[in-house]
Formats: sequence, C-alpha cells, structure tokens
Amino acid sequence: MANETFEPRIVGFLCNWCSYRAADLAGTARIKYSPNVRIIRVMCSGRVDPSFVLKALSLGADGVMIAGCHPGECHYIEQNYKAMRRYYMLKHMLRALGLEEDRIRLVWASAAEGQQLAEHIDKFVEDVRKLGPLNWPANWQENGERMHAVEAIAKEHEESLEVLP
Amino acid sequence: MSQTQGKGKLALYWAASCGGCEIAVLAIDEKILEVAKHFDIVFWPCATDGKVRDVEKMADGSIDVCLFNGSIRTSEQEYMARLLRRKAKVLVAFGSCAMEGCIPGLANLSNREEVFQTVYEQTPSTENPQHVVPQHETQVPEGKLYLPIFYDSVFTLDQIVDVDYYLPGCPPEAERIWDAIVAILEGKLPPKGSVIGVNTTVCDECPRKRTEKKIKRFYRTWEVIPDEETCLLEQGIICCGVATRAGCGARCPQVNSPCIGCYGPNTDVNDYGARLMAALASVIDSNDPQEIEKIIQDGIPDPVGTFYRFSLAHSLLRRKRKLLSSAGTGQ
Repeated sequence: MANETFEPRIVGFLCNWCSYRAADLAGTARIKYSPNVRIIRVMCSGRVDPSFVLKALSLGADGVMIAGCHPGECHYIEQNYKAMRRYYMLKHMLRALGLEEDRIRLVWASAAEGQQLAEHIDKFVEDVRKLGPLNWPANWQENGERMHAVEAIAKEHEESLEVLP
Repeated sequence: MSQTQGKGKLALYWAASCGGCEIAVLAIDEKILEVAKHFDIVFWPCATDGKVRDVEKMADGSIDVCLFNGSIRTSEQEYMARLLRRKAKVLVAFGSCAMEGCIPGLANLSNREEVFQTVYEQTPSTENPQHVVPQHETQVPEGKLYLPIFYDSVFTLDQIVDVDYYLPGCPPEAERIWDAIVAILEGKLPPKGSVIGVNTTVCDECPRKRTEKKIKRFYRTWEVIPDEETCLLEQGIICCGVATRAGCGARCPQVNSPCIGCYGPNTDVNDYGARLMAALASVIDSNDPQEIEKIIQDGIPDPVGTFYRFSLAHSLLRRKRKLLSSAGTGQ
C-alpha cells in the first residue's frame, strides 16, 4: 500500500572519467532514467571509501550505487579493481548487519555508455523499491520507556528516606 | 569524605565494562600517590566508599575531572552519565567502552529480547522453568521495586552526553593514562573533543619488516605459525595495526600475535571498520570477482567481529538492523 508511493532515495558515486560522463551523455542524448539517484562525482571508483557508503546509509539512503570504468580501463590503471574488492568486503559485512544484497550495487559504465548507465540506474531503483524503505536511523531508537526510566531514578532518590547523621 | 583546600576533585565511574579500566588506573603504580597529592577522590565506587546520593548533593561543576569508563546500556548507567556530566567540569571517556563501545558494544548484534533469551533461558547452565527475566517494576507488599531498564542497544558515552576528552585502549596503557593526568595537572590539554594520545598507527610502532602486501588468502591465527620478522598482514593474518591508533607500543605483533584494534581508530577516521575494510581489501591479490568473494568469505567468517570488534557501537551504522515495521521487506 505505502509501497506505491515509496520513492527510494539512492546515492550514486560516479567516477569522473567514465560513469559521470556516461550520465552526461545520457543527459545530452535525452535518455530518461529514474530521478531517485543523487549523483556524487568522485575522481575514481577507487576513491569511494567504505565509510562513504556507510554514511549514506546512516543518513537515511535506501540504497547506494557505485559506478566506475570497466575493469582494465581505469584512468588510474587499476583502482577500479580496488573498488571491486572493497565492494565485496563491504557487502560481506553489511550482510552480517542485516542489510539486503540489493541495497548496494557496483556497476561499470564507460563514457560512451549513457544508455547502459540509465538502464543500470532504472533497474537498481526498481530493485530497491521492491525492498521498501530502509530508514536505518530508526534502528537506534529505544522504546519510549527509556527517558521515563532515567527520570524515575532521580525521582526515586528524591522521595526515598534518608538517614541523617 | 573530607575535602582539602586547594586540591582538585576527581571522580571515577564504571558503567558497562569489565573492570579492566579500573585496574589500569592502578597500573600507574606509585604515581597514584602523586594523583592523591593533587586530587581528592570524591567518588570512586570500585575503590572507595561513596554513594550516588553524595554526588547528587554536590554543586554542578564542582568535580574537576571525571574519568568515566564503560558504555551505556541501562537506564541507571545513563542516569549516572548525565549526573556526572552535570557535576564534572571535564568529563573523560576513559577506555574503549566509553569511547567506542568495545566488546559490550558487540551486543548491538542482538537486542534486549535476544540477550535475555540467551542469558536467562538458553545457556546450558541455566535452569529457569518459570521463565523469570528482569522486570522494570516489581510489586512487593512494601511497595514497588524498580530495576534499571536494559536497552536494546549499547551506547557510547558521547552518544548520551557531551564528552570533553577521550582516552582510548582496552584498557588504556599506564603511560598514556599518566600522560593524560600530567596534561590535566599542568593544564596543557588539547582542544575539547580530542583524543589524548598519539596520532599515528600501530604499524609505525611495529618493528616487523614491511614490503609489498599481496595475499591470496586470509589465515586465522590458529591456522599458521607466523614468521617472526615479516609483517603479519603480508603473511595473510588479519592484523588491524593498519587502522589502529598507536600508543600501545605494538605489543601484540611483537609477540607474534596480530593487532586486534583495541586502541580504536586513528585521528580523523570516523569509522574504524570502514578503514580496516578498505585496507584489507586493497591487499587481496586478485582481479577476479568470484575469487575475491571466495577469499573474503573463506577468510573472514565473522566480518562484524573482525572489523568492529571494539567499535560497533560507535560505527556509522552502530548496530545490526532490527526488524522494524517501517523497514524490511516492505510488505
């Protein structure tokens, strides 16, 4: 029911040399893709520290996409391989924290592949939409008893009998 | 407790932690007499007699320094953290638990119900046919009795109150504790919010030989006897030194045991596990996705415990996902 209106918030880290240009190309070629992705340009997919992905999730993103040059075509020779290793490492950890596989995705798109990038984005948005909202910060909330219990201690101490010296 | 003119007032408190930090304070040996010369210890439940009631009656800001160890996982601990924050001019998160959650923080892989299930029902030595678990309120003929509420998550001290300084370590090394005490005594404290310690990693203190790190598999400590001179990570053993703040003198690698990260993240790292994941991923010698996944899955059976052994509660995600109505499958 709520799903019909659920628009996933996706953060996309796109590399400057391939994938960001692919997004540019998609724009100039008037290729349509889902507006759910907020694109952040990084110099290389290898620049994407796992903490960027974790921070996006902790701030309420429903999914995170990392896009870089095809393997073997990295502007910085082999940093996209590092991105790939970090991606699998991160996925392994996030699985253990209860996150679905489909909420983070690594894709390759060259500067000529505007169409392919748009398709990757559409597919990812649809997959995340199926999973529903993530709302990670809600995991940190305690039930309503918490502050009440803390205040009750102070009250209890005030009211209890005191043995005077 | 009588109070002496001209002396500072010091308080120490112990929340959710093992007590090792209390012992670490005494590891400064005879220098504790120096501390006693400059400070009246106004509250230290582990070592001296004192009541919470006494602290409640002190004027706000009347304690000069409070060394607070332990994370926060019950309402009582939260109450004490708030109380001591109010009473102390300088509040120090003392040790890994207060700073980043430490081992108690790994309880963030469960919630209250699961913890109670394990502790009061499932452990082999437990017999509890009536399924008795702690209740917040209990009615007895004389009136109501209260127990603190046990939280779903473990919190670090700075997630509950404002913290002035951090002293990392599980437990902090005696020399670092002494450095901090000297800094406090001489009034040469770094800017508020700083970690009192060094700004480098364990690798910098480690005498092992380092060359290029390229590995085909991770070994767990029981699987190999490492060479004594080469970097442990180069031998495929997960050594957390690359991501961990120095200050311990690289004690573990020097006895052929990998660093497990008890000194927490180095300066400017906001997620310890992310830093460690990035470093470990970089040394994997493969460009094939399937092989990479296999190396990771075979070599790191417990990723959260490996990357966040001491820092889960203070990591960006803080805990394992709870099953919430607003999240999950979207059904």
